[in-house]
Amino acid sequence: MMAYIIRRILYAIPILVGVNVLTFLLFFVINSPDDMARMHLGMKRVTPEAVENWKRERGYDQPLLVNQSASGTGKLTETIFFQKSLKLFQFDFGTSDSGRDIGYDISQRMWPSLAIAIPVLLIGLLVNITYALLIAFFRATYIDFWSVVLCVVMMSISGLFYIIGGQYLVSKLLHLVPISGYDTGISAIKFLVLPVIIGVIGGIGSGTRWYRTLFLEEINKDYVRTARAKGLSETVVLFRHVLKNAMIPILTGVVVVLPLLFMGSLITESFFGIPGLGSYTIDAISSQDFAIVRAMVFLGSALYILGLILTDISYTLVDPRVRLS
Amino acid sequence: MAGMVILWTDFLVFVLVVVTTAFAIYASKKEHLRAPWGRVIRSRTGMGTLVVLCFYLAIGLLDSIHFHPQLPAEEQGGEGKYSTEIISLFDQMVDGLRTRQEKTYSAPLAVYLYAKETIELADGTTVRDFPRLVHGGAHLTDPQQEWLPDVIQRTMLGSLKGIVVSLVLANILFMLISMRSARHFGQVAKEIIAGKTEIPWRVMLMTLTVVLVLLFSAMELARVYHLFGTDKVGEDVFYQALKSIRTGLLIGTLTTLVMLPAAVLLGIMAGYFRGWVDDVIQYLYTTLNSIPGVLLIAAAILMLQIYMSNHAEEFNSIVERADLRLLFLCIILGVTSWTGLCRLLRGEAMKLREIDYVQAATAFGVGHFQIIMRHILPNVLHIVLITVVLDFSGLVLAEAVLSYVNIGVDPTMNSWGNMINSARLEMAREPIVWWSLAAAMVFMFTLVLSANLFSDVVRDAFDPRLRHNR
Amino acid sequence: MQERSSKRWYLLLLTAGLLLLNGCREGAWNNPYPLSESEQNIIYSSFSERPKHLDPVRAYSSNEYAFIAQIYDPPLQYHFLKRPYLLEPLAATAVPEARYFDEQGNLLPMDAEPEQIAISEYEINIRPGMGYQPHPALAADQQGGYIYHHLGQADIEELNTLGDFTETGTREVVAEDYVYQIKRLAFPALHSPIAGLMGEYIVGLDDFGKLLDRQYEQLKTETGEDKPYLDLRQFDMEGVYAVDKYRYRIRLHGKYPQFVYWLAMPFFAPMPWEADAFYSQPGMEARNLSLDWYPIGSGPFMLSENNPNLRMVLERNPHFHGEAYPSEGDPGDRELGLLDDAGKPMPFIDKAIYSLEKETIPYWNKFLQGYYDTSGVSSDSFDQAVQFSDRGELGLTEAMQAKGIELMTDVTTSVYYMGFNMADPVVGGDSESARLLRQAISIAMDFEEYISIFNNGRGIAAQSPLPPGIFGNRPGEAGINQQVYDMVNGTPRRKGIDYARQLMKQAGYADGRDAKTGKSLILYYDTTASGPDDKARLNWIRKQFAKLGIQLVIRATDYNRFQEKTRKGTAQIFMWGWNADYPDPENFLFLLYGPNGKLEHGGENAVNYSNAEFDQLFVQMKNMENNSQRQQIIDRMITILQHDAPWVWGFHPKAFSLFHSWYKNVKPNLMANNTLKYKRVDTALREQQRQAWNPPVVWPIVIIGLLLVLTVIPAVVLYRRHERSAAR
Repeated sequence: MMAYIIRRILYAIPILVGVNVLTFLLFFVINSPDDMARMHLGMKRVTPEAVENWKRERGYDQPLLVNQSASGTGKLTETIFFQKSLKLFQFDFGTSDSGRDIGYDISQRMWPSLAIAIPVLLIGLLVNITYALLIAFFRATYIDFWSVVLCVVMMSISGLFYIIGGQYLVSKLLHLVPISGYDTGISAIKFLVLPVIIGVIGGIGSGTRWYRTLFLEEINKDYVRTARAKGLSETVVLFRHVLKNAMIPILTGVVVVLPLLFMGSLITESFFGIPGLGSYTIDAISSQDFAIVRAMVFLGSALYILGLILTDISYTLVDPRVRLS
Repeated sequence: MAGMVILWTDFLVFVLVVVTTAFAIYASKKEHLRAPWGRVIRSRTGMGTLVVLCFYLAIGLLDSIHFHPQLPAEEQGGEGKYSTEIISLFDQMVDGLRTRQEKTYSAPLAVYLYAKETIELADGTTVRDFPRLVHGGAHLTDPQQEWLPDVIQRTMLGSLKGIVVSLVLANILFMLISMRSARHFGQVAKEIIAGKTEIPWRVMLMTLTVVLVLLFSAMELARVYHLFGTDKVGEDVFYQALKSIRTGLLIGTLTTLVMLPAAVLLGIMAGYFRGWVDDVIQYLYTTLNSIPGVLLIAAAILMLQIYMSNHAEEFNSIVERADLRLLFLCIILGVTSWTGLCRLLRGEAMKLREIDYVQAATAFGVGHFQIIMRHILPNVLHIVLITVVLDFSGLVLAEAVLSYVNIGVDPTMNSWGNMINSARLEMAREPIVWWSLAAAMVFMFTLVLSANLFSDVVRDAFDPRLRHNR
Repeated sequence: MQERSSKRWYLLLLTAGLLLLNGCREGAWNNPYPLSESEQNIIYSSFSERPKHLDPVRAYSSNEYAFIAQIYDPPLQYHFLKRPYLLEPLAATAVPEARYFDEQGNLLPMDAEPEQIAISEYEINIRPGMGYQPHPALAADQQGGYIYHHLGQADIEELNTLGDFTETGTREVVAEDYVYQIKRLAFPALHSPIAGLMGEYIVGLDDFGKLLDRQYEQLKTETGEDKPYLDLRQFDMEGVYAVDKYRYRIRLHGKYPQFVYWLAMPFFAPMPWEADAFYSQPGMEARNLSLDWYPIGSGPFMLSENNPNLRMVLERNPHFHGEAYPSEGDPGDRELGLLDDAGKPMPFIDKAIYSLEKETIPYWNKFLQGYYDTSGVSSDSFDQAVQFSDRGELGLTEAMQAKGIELMTDVTTSVYYMGFNMADPVVGGDSESARLLRQAISIAMDFEEYISIFNNGRGIAAQSPLPPGIFGNRPGEAGINQQVYDMVNGTPRRKGIDYARQLMKQAGYADGRDAKTGKSLILYYDTTASGPDDKARLNWIRKQFAKLGIQLVIRATDYNRFQEKTRKGTAQIFMWGWNADYPDPENFLFLLYGPNGKLEHGGENAVNYSNAEFDQLFVQMKNMENNSQRQQIIDRMITILQHDAPWVWGFHPKAFSLFHSWYKNVKPNLMANNTLKYKRVDTALREQQRQAWNPPVVWPIVIIGLLLVLTVIPAVVLYRRHERSAAR
């Protein structure tokens, strides 16, 4: 087991290197440090000297890949690639182009993101599974038919509509929750209620449909027929057999997204003014703070790979038949 | 047409049409591909939604034929006979919608502007009131009295036209079927109306009637009113929503088209060759997949913008610039979404290569390329098809979200995402301006819902595993 | 035992429920602030983007000034009420008068000819007894040594905010601190945006900067650190020195009467040397501990919380020297209640909370709900807030009046213009053809319509670069741009499009076609626009050009590229704006001064306009006092500009601001930024209104709940039937 995990982690390294090279190419080839400097120095009265100074301070005055003027290993280490990209591997994100410690910001903004993502995931899971079980129970009746229709309809509505509509109705017309914003501690709840509800509603369509398929697949298996033939009531069959066996794909599906919860939701967070990592990313994109975008790309990739590893492990835990090799 | 312009996306649309036709001909000759399509055709949901999709498709295709319009005769002097602007065939068909602009917001079917203005009266005094629209309802002399009857009358007329046309079409259909099956016209008609035919003609006809009634009513009303109102600078929202159809369709289809060759080739190669080829390809797609899609798209779009401003002389018109950005968006969306298909194909190819006849072919020394083309590719086509259809609606929805983050299509391009994006500000107005959002939502919803339902039918028809479960 | 514990649970639940109910009743549900704050003397405002630099040598944008102008006290300020803008002493005891010297150092009379003046000297007396805000950099132990100036690496690693320091200290502000700040302006490592400009005037500033640069480089190699601490006190600047504890002098080259305006900006606020010594300890900056984050000032407020992800909080500085509310104002101010607080000690509020608010919509809605005290008027909320009366006068809508909201308008001292790149071969240059083309476009660009569509009439079309309220701007008919307007019945009317077409013909572009090649004229408009509102704007601009038959190609790009284009002179037509630094015509006309050309000199003249006569007049006008002679020169300069039309003059936006009835002492002041201290809030009224405006509406939720229950019924019926049939 241990050896397997270590091997998986070692396997992750070349992937992260690949990600790193790719982002490096994208970010430094398109946006020369000169551009960054000019943008960050502001609008009024920017002199070429100020630009040079800015670059020197942030270490952007070095060559991209090979430093001819340095000696020895300095040829490779005193470059933007080495300084700005490889340090990410130690999870040293450096400072943003506006001069703020990215690592600290991420550690601060992670929590609001999680405060939305985790309730959405858990409540969503609960609602979707309950609903899907109900549909499975009433399969091949008109309830089944209309529920599926409802799911498809809900899936076909753009998520933006749920957010715009929900915010308009609940906050503006009904005065039930603050329109946007965030607070620390327990007072955060009043800001979180609406985004969480909207997140759950937005996910019902696709989630329920997917679980319904899983349940129906199980229901048609032989062992369920056997159980039913034994005279077990439908409810018992559903809960004891179908749900239990369908939990394997459900759980592994959840595990794979778990690490990505940290990244937050881009649209929801910026709509509700929640200072999480999602709005952090959006702000970085719109202000073209590439140091942050680079860090978020790296973080996202690392979390994704973590998710893959966790999935593999969880497979072995819930299903002893799967052997890790 | 001499002033014809072929944009990059237009070209790809034509390629797509050719490929689809070729595939249809190919599929009609292969039993294993024809049978599922038969099931699709026999499905009521499938055919009903297909009618709706065909309408969208027709508008999208008409909107993909671009040209420089000819200038009116009196302005023709010397060489330049064509205007420098680029419009599409669709634009020309609905020319009125495009050119009839108001000053600013007006509500759906309104006769007055949505904002008060200082109006100078005949006697030189000024009042602050809602001015009449320049085009919307301009034919009415006394809007208070005439407006409602006029709207009702036009709707009725439109509906009548729609019903008549669909009746004519239905009769033509009955005739064709009765001629082919050599049965009596009345008998065929009775069967179809009773819904007893194998192919659900009745559903198709009913959907067609509904669509035609809506279409003709809209045409009647849009001729003199702004059906969905106007936006901030007075452009017709109905026109914008219609123009957005092409963008939506392109994002949904071109994305898959551009990623398809790579995904299919790499997927099959990985599964078929195994070994180091598999390792390399797996590495490639895991790496790409692990980068958060939005960030990759953001980076790529920024790069494109820089390229464009450095090569500004190559893009002489806004249409071309917007077009290239759209194409690029499709490509980069493709890059972020091909990995799923690739992985599926890899698994399938891995299974297929163990099958007897492939093993046998290998033993006989048939070349790898031939095996792949002969035995593997035809057997994974249904997976490709299902993925394409399933991805479609997700991509249409994704466009809206990307436009919100400003990394979607060009802001000058008509798209539902851009409409929703500008509607954000309109929602805060009081009185609220809801029609841009509503129009975009209705059009998008109809397309996505039809696509979702249709893709369900296609998947059920092609995926044998699920079929047996039913 | 069992029973008792369950009973206790029950009690606990009951109290919790009661508390919850109570909480609901107490305040509105949608109050984004904690209940405990509702009765406190707090002003609520917002920021949309983190101010990048709070260090007064760096800060130069309005969102930064919103904070640091409350924190730092420069020697002078603008009078809060009086117009035209008038300087008055703040930290100084009086507005300094210049003393002029010639080459030999002889004192000259006040009315000396500018050519004779070699040096002007300003002596500034500051008030005694002003104190800095409590700050760890000033925290001293019993022996008077600073506690936090020699922190270890490990100590710094544990810090995250300034609040992590337990001790704070203060000390008196002395003249040397003002001198120290000017030295910081010169320090190249701090990148002050005005270092270049001040180097032209302040004696010895450039040399001082070079000296510091050398010393700093040397120090870097010696210590091996990236940013070692360089004590600026050990070096002297020729032109700036302290005379005694409360007096210092600044010597300038030549005559520069506008210099006093600069003394009202935070660039010239005092800075204790301890701040640099404290913040430049290695590792501090990496923890976001720097002057850009945590200012140390002597003004009425101090920044007590700086969380750019959530909010920034200004609190009363306990060591503020104190200042009384002005007791004189313009005529009419007394009637408006602006002198009600005359003579009372400021500031009136205890705290100002700035919440992060990225989008305008939530901000506007929260303002309407009473959770922000003031708001601007965006184009989209305009119709809701403002209406024109039958006589065409601006007023608030009934809905706003019912809420007691008040409106304040003023034309800003800024200009938005459409610039033609004069280095461009088509639209630029001194040729008659290009000039006619520019004039034609100037007429076709109907900025009155632009203002009415996109700004809801909040602005006035510009006739020249000078906005109203700036010396040199001529109101009424005398100031009308003859190239674009005709006077009809005493009101200016834009010349007709036919006349513009005529100009096009003369320029050789009849009907938008080049007479020589026969090809249609294509022009390029460069913009950074990409937001939802911009599409409409771009369409509109395209329409204006189409009126002349010109096809306008929009080249949208990001801000970087746009800057680069203007720098390299590859942009053709673009829109840009300028905000006054100080109320003097020089601050606008220098935007068109040839030697400020962006392409050749990297200056602020983005259109690269250059006209020998204009340039010569500019030099002459620059350092004059405001008198009729200056007015004449400016008139001539503007005539040249209007004829050459390097800009389409665009418009001067009007600032509209709304504020609630509980928000007192509001008067627009476009030059002063430190206005927070004048504001007063009636908290009781605010709390009452908030409750009245935000009644929670619950019935739709109840109905939705009922509907959900209803949908369950058929399921239950089916379930019953199912079970029964299974049992059978």
